[in-house]
Amino acid sequence: MAVQVKEREHQDVETEQLMSGCEAIAEAIRLADVDVMAAYPIRPYDGVMQAAAKLIANGKMDVEYIVADGEHSQFEIVKHACAVGARVFVGSSGVGWFYAFEAIAVTAGLRLPVVAICGNRALDDPGAFGTEHNDSLAVRDLGWLLPWAETAQEAMDLALMAWRVGEDKRVSLPVAIGLDGAFLTHSQAIVKIPTQAAVDKFLPKFDLGDRLLHPDNPITIAPQVDQDWLMEIRMQNDQAMRKAHDVISEAHADFKKLFGRGGDSPFLDEYMTDDAEVVVFGQGTLALPMKVAIRRLRKEGHKVGLVRLKWFRPFPTQEIVKSLSRFKAVGVIDRDYSFGSPYYGGVLYNEVRSALYSLDKRPTIVGFIAGLGGREIEQAMATDIFEKTKAAADNIKSGDMCHWIGVRS
Amino acid sequence: MAVETHGTGTLPQIKGVKDVPYEELFVSGHRTCQGCESALVMRHMVKASGPRTIVLGSTGCMYVANTTYYTTPWVVPWMHTQLGASGSAALGTAAGLKVLMRKGKIKDEKINVIAFCGDGGGADMGLGAISATLTHKDYNCLVLLYDNESYANTDIQLSSQTPYGAVTTFSPSGTKKRLMHTRWKKNVPGMLAAGHPESRYIAAGCAAYAVDLMNKIRKALELGGPTFVHTLDPCPKGWDYHPQYSQELGHLAVETGIWPLYEVMDGVCNLTGPTRQIAEGRKKRKPVYEYLKRQGRFAHFLDEDVEHFQAQVDKMWTEWLIPGVIPFTIAAKDQTILKIDKKALHEQKTA
Repeated sequence: MAVQVKEREHQDVETEQLMSGCEAIAEAIRLADVDVMAAYPIRPYDGVMQAAAKLIANGKMDVEYIVADGEHSQFEIVKHACAVGARVFVGSSGVGWFYAFEAIAVTAGLRLPVVAICGNRALDDPGAFGTEHNDSLAVRDLGWLLPWAETAQEAMDLALMAWRVGEDKRVSLPVAIGLDGAFLTHSQAIVKIPTQAAVDKFLPKFDLGDRLLHPDNPITIAPQVDQDWLMEIRMQNDQAMRKAHDVISEAHADFKKLFGRGGDSPFLDEYMTDDAEVVVFGQGTLALPMKVAIRRLRKEGHKVGLVRLKWFRPFPTQEIVKSLSRFKAVGVIDRDYSFGSPYYGGVLYNEVRSALYSLDKRPTIVGFIAGLGGREIEQAMATDIFEKTKAAADNIKSGDMCHWIGVRS
Repeated sequence: MAVETHGTGTLPQIKGVKDVPYEELFVSGHRTCQGCESALVMRHMVKASGPRTIVLGSTGCMYVANTTYYTTPWVVPWMHTQLGASGSAALGTAAGLKVLMRKGKIKDEKINVIAFCGDGGGADMGLGAISATLTHKDYNCLVLLYDNESYANTDIQLSSQTPYGAVTTFSPSGTKKRLMHTRWKKNVPGMLAAGHPESRYIAAGCAAYAVDLMNKIRKALELGGPTFVHTLDPCPKGWDYHPQYSQELGHLAVETGIWPLYEVMDGVCNLTGPTRQIAEGRKKRKPVYEYLKRQGRFAHFLDEDVEHFQAQVDKMWTEWLIPGVIPFTIAAKDQTILKIDKKALHEQKTA
């Protein structure tokens, strides 16, 4: 499905605007000609619903905008709109995301390409508004594609990618874009807004084909299959997730051609890694304070760098193996927790270690839990992370532990 | 700007049994029990709505027992929805169709959207979503609640629609407690009619009165906007009686006054069938004992339980503002509510 266009032909008519991550997503909704969206208030994701409501009220886009009676209804409404062929958008945060959990699970089971954002927020109780990734990560096993954005620009770009990849017949899976609460949902930056013509070239019309629910196509969707067929159906989901890897690469290549953005790899964003000995690995906005620390530490002569993960699902195992095996030590920073997991590490830590297990020459992988509840990752903490990772470099077993960073004693 | 609401407009009222369409859109393949009235409701429902219909089915008997892979009984397009999601399924489907037609992405035509749920899915878990849907007046969809008065698919557990005192697997009759379940049945259609003044059609029906039920479904679809129909479905397994008596029990539920048949159309309430005859004094209400004694789930009832049941039903008929619909009573000493001069209030407002 490669797009045949001249490189960056639309660059001259792009506009630039100062906007938050939420506003950038709302622009993507407009550009994608979304048909149905369902809103329900919870901070911080709902900034996108507020921004979209303004666009609708001012006649900038034509979307059925349904204010639901709860997150479960929100996700069910778009799921069913999607089944009759509508391009849809939805989202939530924290405990709201969990309130929708049943609908989230079945959406993936139904292979309906709903596009959502999860404005990452700590799970109550006790109450907290700030970023934690446990809301998005809770769906990691269910068949949702899970990209994570670092900037408002990337939020918009990933949203356009999300419809393209999710709706691709080889994939046909829902996508939930992770946006760090406050740090990204509500922080403004300059965003390049592509033209409608360019987006139309990138994003084909949504077509469910013979899976469309319509009187002209009287199918029965999701009958009771029991043990007779469920395993075959689960395996189809597995195959779709496998195919998603290449479809993302393809979409990324087209995106780069059309818009001139997106970096070298669709899956990883590497920062000062060429000669690095020690790197940190993480996702979302924590890249920013870590990049500042890297520049500072490099001035002091330390060969340090960052590898940022852009897609948690499908987990880009080969790309991660290829990248991380170059280094002596990797510090994996989790903005999440997984109580009682191996070595009491975070989710990302154990996934990365699992991916690297069969390598002959493995880097030491140390786990860090930092920035929970939206706590700022300060420079002293960043330095601490690099020092601990470096100290573990010579002994692979010293990675069998997880450090909590910046915690008051 | 007024919101445009259009119904299907192609479903005339059925004049009698001979006028019922021959076409079957719910056929063999389902695995419901003998004497299942809910399956009959499904059949009547799509017979009434016709082939240009999308049906959304929430979890319950009419999903699990009804829709097995490779043996679907549905001739019309059908999709499963979650236990508490019938309202949202109806809304999402109707919204999707509406916007796709407006944008010219699919052909602009009338397609009926019906989401069904059981009493567990509709009166318990999904009530909030149904309520929300009934306020979205710019979407055409019908929510049908088939009420067999228990979670019959999961082993007959009590729901908020299980009648007072009935035995279920969550309310067995034991040596210490004769009655485990002492809550009175929730008045769902009355509550929804009272609470959603912009829903153009809300009705209570029963498959034992098939033509009445089909006409209610047609009216709901024809009037358009979000609408609701609640059916009482005798269930041989859950109610413990021989399957051959399902229709008879449906008749008895109505004739004893336990399950009044009615419709609230554009804010006007009509009693229908025998319920109307009872209200007009042309037919005598049968004692509830006639109905209770036919069902094993009430076999443990003592005289006092029957008396309590009868008293509650009597109260519904003699004290409620509208029998079986609006449960308010007006104190005998204070008739202010009835004396309100609506005309004067109107003039006062416009002056």
